[in-house]
Order: sequence, then C-alpha cells, then structure tokens
Amino acid sequence: MAMGPGGDSVREVPHGAGTAGHPAPALPRPVAAHPPTVTGRHRGSSWWKRRAAPYVFISPFFILFAVFGLYPILFSFYLSFHSWNAVGGLGSMEWVGLENYTYLLTDPWFWKSLWNTVWLLIVSGLPQHLIAIPLAFILNSGLVRLRNLFSASYFMPYITSTVAVAMIFTTIYGTQYGALNAALAWLADHARLGWLWERLGLELPVNWLGRAAYIKPAIAILVVWRWFGWNTMLYLAGLQTIPRELYEAAMVDGASIPQQFRWITLPLLKPIAFFAVTLTIIGNMQLFDEPFVLTGGTGGTSESGLTVALYLYRTGFEWLYMGSAAAMSWMLFVIIVGMSILNFRLMGRAGLERRGG
Amino acid sequence: MRILATAILISMLVGVAGAVASARTTLTVGVFPDLDSVLKAVIPEFNKVHPDIEINLQTLGFADHHNALLTALATGSGAPDVVAIEIGYLGRFAVEGGLTDLSRPPYNAGELKDLFVPFAWGQATTTDGRIVAIPTDIGPGTMFYRRDVLEAAGVDIDAVASWDDLVEMGRKVTRDLNGDGKADVFLIAAASTIADAMYRGDIPEGEGVYFDARGRTVVDSPRFVNAFTVAQRVRQAGLDARIGAWSNEWYEAFKRGTVAVELSGAWLGGHLQNWMAPETAGKWGARDLPSNMYVSWGGSFYAIPEQSRHKDAAWKLIQFLTTRPEIQILAFRTTNAFPALQAALEDPLFDEPVPFLAGQRARRMWAEAAAKVHVSVIHPGDPVAQEIVGSALTQVLEEGKDVRQALAEARQLIERRVRR
Repeated sequence: MAMGPGGDSVREVPHGAGTAGHPAPALPRPVAAHPPTVTGRHRGSSWWKRRAAPYVFISPFFILFAVFGLYPILFSFYLSFHSWNAVGGLGSMEWVGLENYTYLLTDPWFWKSLWNTVWLLIVSGLPQHLIAIPLAFILNSGLVRLRNLFSASYFMPYITSTVAVAMIFTTIYGTQYGALNAALAWLADHARLGWLWERLGLELPVNWLGRAAYIKPAIAILVVWRWFGWNTMLYLAGLQTIPRELYEAAMVDGASIPQQFRWITLPLLKPIAFFAVTLTIIGNMQLFDEPFVLTGGTGGTSESGLTVALYLYRTGFEWLYMGSAAAMSWMLFVIIVGMSILNFRLMGRAGLERRGG
Repeated sequence: MRILATAILISMLVGVAGAVASARTTLTVGVFPDLDSVLKAVIPEFNKVHPDIEINLQTLGFADHHNALLTALATGSGAPDVVAIEIGYLGRFAVEGGLTDLSRPPYNAGELKDLFVPFAWGQATTTDGRIVAIPTDIGPGTMFYRRDVLEAAGVDIDAVASWDDLVEMGRKVTRDLNGDGKADVFLIAAASTIADAMYRGDIPEGEGVYFDARGRTVVDSPRFVNAFTVAQRVRQAGLDARIGAWSNEWYEAFKRGTVAVELSGAWLGGHLQNWMAPETAGKWGARDLPSNMYVSWGGSFYAIPEQSRHKDAAWKLIQFLTTRPEIQILAFRTTNAFPALQAALEDPLFDEPVPFLAGQRARRMWAEAAAKVHVSVIHPGDPVAQEIVGSALTQVLEEGKDVRQALAEARQLIERRVRR
C-alpha cells in the first residue's frame, strides 16, 4: 500500500528529475494521500518510505546506466567532432568540426563497408525469416514429436561461443582440407555433378574465404545458421498467442494446413514479424562477430567482408583514429534509425493497426 | 635523562625504519605470454641486485595486453610502470604523449645504442628521433624448408640464390602425387608471405617499411612493385596452397609436409617443435632468405608509460632485462626469445646444433642474419599502411588486379588516412 504511489512516481524519474536519489519537486498524489494528522517525525520517516526509498532502491540501475551507457554515448558524440589518438591521452584531443563526417562521406572503404552491410542484411536476414516462420508453424502445429528437443537444437547456434563457431566454420571453408571443398569434390566424382560446378563457375578447390566473390555468401551462411533459431523462438512465442479456436474453426470449415497457415497464421503473426524484422535490421546492421572470425579480423580480400561495425572497430581500436570511429558510429546509428522507420512504414503500422482495430 | 635518550633513540629508529619501508617500491610490470615466463625466471635475480624493488607481474593475453595498455593511455590512468610491447603494436604506441622518450635525461638511452642489434634499436626509434622502447628479443627472418619434401622432388635448396630461383624451384616441388590432376604438394602456404618478406627486406637506411624518413609513404616504390610481382607469379603458376597463417590448415600442411618452404621469423621453429608439428622433428632445415635479403620478423620491447610513477625503478628493471647477457641468455633458454643484445649472441649456446633442424647450427646463422638487417624506423601510420598494403596484395593475388594500379590506390588511401 505505502509503496503504491511511490511506485508510480518511479516511472517518472527518467523524464522528470533526472538524477536518481532526488525526488521530483512536485508530486501531488502521494501528498494528498497523506492523512493530515501525522507528526513531523512521522512525516520524515514516511517521506523516506514514500518518496526517497523507491528512488534509492532503483538508483543502481540509473547510476550504472549513466556511467556505462549514457556517458559513453554523449562522449562519443563529442568525440566525433575531434581528432584524437588515444595513445596521447585525453589532452591530445583536437577540435576538427565536421571533418570526420566529411572524411567518411568521401571514404571509399566506408561506402564499401556500408554496401557490404546492407548486402548482408538482406541476404542473411531474409532467409532467417523465411526459414523461421514455417519452422515455427510446424513446431507449433503439434504434428512434431519432441518439440522441445527440436526447439533447443535450433536455438543452440545462437548460444554457441563465437570462438567455437569460428573454428568449425574456418575448418568447413578451408581451401585444401576444408569439409565443404571435400564434399564438392566427392560429389563431382561420385555423383557426376562436376558439370554443375563448372556451370556455376566453381574451380575446385574453392578458396571460400580468399576470393572476394565468396566471402559475403560464406558470412551470410554463417549468420543464417546462427540466427534462424532465435527467430524461430520469437515466432513460436508469437504463434502461441494465436487462439486455438481459430484453427479449430478453420478445420471444421475444411481448411487445409497450408490454408490455415496462409489465412490465419501469417496475418496474425504480423506484429511479431514486425518486431523480429526490426531486431534483424538492428542486429545485422551491426554485424561484427561473424565477419570478424571468418576474415581473421581484416574484412577479407578487397574488403568484401568488411562491415561498418568491423571497419569502425578497426579504425578506432587498431588504427587509433578515435574521432573517425565515433563519427562512423553516429552515422551507423542514423542509418539504423532510418531503416527502422522505413520498416515501420512498410509493415509495422499496417500490422499493428489491424491488430488494434 | 636515560628515559628521554631512549625515547629519542626509539623514535629515530622508527623514523629510519619508516624511511626504509617507504623506499621500498612496488613496480607493476605488464606483459603477455610467453614473456611472463621470462619475467618469472628473472625476478629472483633482479631482487638480488635491487632488493628494494618489488615486482608485481600483470599478465594478459597478447591482444588483451595491448588493448588494456591503449585504454590506460587513453584515460590517463592504470598503465603499468613497465610494459612489454610487440613490434606489430609499437608503431601505434609511438605517438607522442604515450610512452616516455628514453632518449632524454635521466635515461639517455642513446648511449646504449651500440649494445643492441642495430635494426632492433632502429625499430624503437621514431621518425622524429624519440626512443620509445628498448628491444629485448628479435625475430630474424629465415626460410624453413622440409628436407624430405625437397629431396623427393630432387631439388637442392642451396642452389636457390635469388627469388627467381625460388620460384623455379617451386615449379619442380609443386606436384600432383595422387594423380587427381590437382597439386598436393606446394612451394609455400601463401604467396603473400613472399611479398611480405620481400618488401620488408632491403629497406633503405633510415626509412621505415611504409614511410620514408620524412613521413611520406613509399608503398608504390620498386621495392613493393617487385615484391608484389614475384608473389603474383607464384600465385599464377599455382605454386602456393592458398592457406592463411595461423589456421588449422596451416598446421596441417606442416604436419603432412605438403608445403616445401615457409618464410617467417626464427621463432617459427620453436612453435613447430613445441606444438604445431612436433612429430616432424629432424625433417626441417633453415637458411637465409633468397637474394641476400635480411628482414625483421617479430620482436618484443619494453617501455615506460608516461604515467608511470616509478620511472627510476622502471628504468632499472628495463636495463636489467635488456642489457645483461646472462639475463638475455636465461630468456632464450626459457622461451626461445632470440636476444636483441649483441653480447648475448656471443654465448656458446648459439653454436650448439638444433636437433629439430637435423642438427643444423641455425642459431649462429640467425645471429649473423640479424646483424645484416637494414635499420628501419617506425611511424604511427604503420598499422594503417600495413592493412592497406595487405589489402592491395590480396586484390592482386585473388582478383588479378594490376600491381602498379593496386599500389597507386594503396598510396592514395594511406595518404588520405594518415593526414588526419
């Protein structure tokens, strides 16, 4: 009871007073709820209980957020207008205005990395959803035994350590002793598929991680493998919010399973699809681990595996152009915001409104 | 009176004890593996000479160590009093304000110059004349070769005088053993290694790998054009296995003997022996690079961050670690760290046969090679230049790009990036 009004006011902290620990100056409701007869001493302890205590208890989050979240964000914005080599210490920062931004806009490697990132967003993002939605539907339909086992195995890549993934995939993609090349060579010999490789222009052994043309597809395969399970779980959760009765009614009307999928599942899944696609956009625009491990941290031949996040890391932490790196992170931020808005315009608003109405 | 005298005496003694206690310095030393093994072996010796200096060793993984140092320098606190820096990172830490300039008093490190292998000393000197670190170990470039593979191909490594000879030898060594129409044995793991060795060799005196003494980039000079062209020929003739360094495939090639030679620092022998391919002991040999080219391929240094509060003690430790032959020998025995100190290389240890290399007296050869490496200097733009040149090289090798055009573009990119 006593925490009720206080609990409400807590929500106002980020918009109002700002600093945790100091109550907002005017909060009429808790005061009005007070019986007018309490003594000063009581009022003090009650003030603590009703007003201050919630802020104190919630303050660790805000303090940690301010130190490790807000401050770096603001500092990176400040930094993006400076030229700074971190080795020289904070004193060596030099104001350069918009130079970092104009440099990046004319930097061929930045545009290349942006193109790579968008390419990977589409080529590795789309299949994730195209696999995940039907897969989640099948898992949810009750036709599959051991549903939890399958869910867990699809989710496994998502929680596997990057280092382990890197070792396995570099072994698969190896030129001389790689599993993929060995399989292709075996197929060429035994299944007489050699003509197909020739048609595709594959000259065995294929240098998967060496040739510019193959690096992005190689990364995309890894990204799809790592993330489709995550999306499957999202869609599975979404499917469970769709009432069973709809399917039952459809079955009574004689709808087949593909028809149920098309006319019930897909439309009602739109809000969760909007959510999942937004996460994919944000995640894939910041793609880092996968290209980093597959290209040995360099971005690969002709920078064809260099994503913006990887280029940002290299610029800041390997070449020590901290100002440029900060500017790049803000440009990436603006691009991600723009894409999210576009996504909302294209599918989010329609889907969400239909549900609301 | 006696009580008073005793009290005075006691207070004096306490004061002296206090002074002694406060004179005891704790020195933090930041290192990466395997240099930590060297330090652990050396600290007892150091404390015999300097019992007043206590050493607190902080070991981090190779990349983590250098990243932590970067963070400490950026924020102005938290750096150790003495730091080890690997040559690949030295350039980026050479920016003014990070590491103490040891050329100035009270260090006057310039006086120590003649004690060290000349090129290692040069690497610690910036283009503007500061001495930012003292070398401790070096990586003289060498060519390891598989005796059995070359013998099976009927070629003689001693007949290889120039890089062209090496390519010619590669044509004989690269063979298809199982008759599937594809080569199984190659000259070398990656053609890029040849270019790498070649443009690091023959650096004009006083220049750096990528920048001249005035800080202008030289990546389109004949040194690079030549290096790229030879590597391109190796790739076009199909003489390299197209295997990147430090990959499982690389180790596998050494184990199976599917590459005939590998160019690297002398340290690769230790890695091969200890974990990459121990069962191939006795099958290896080592010799100098073709065309009388002598290059530096790795090395470690000790430096004092500007923010160190015990610079005197730090300097004592660095001198102890780097200028005493017996300590450098101890380091060599501990981790195979090849000494940068000339006097250490006089030790009989360097004339002993190396069983892994079939009893070859390779250490003497490496010591002599080290003396012939041209002195080059470092530039803060080295990491960027290295990246851009590496990228140009892969474009030439993988995409068939024209060498001169690739290097001209690389030059533009470097100039653009380094200017700010």
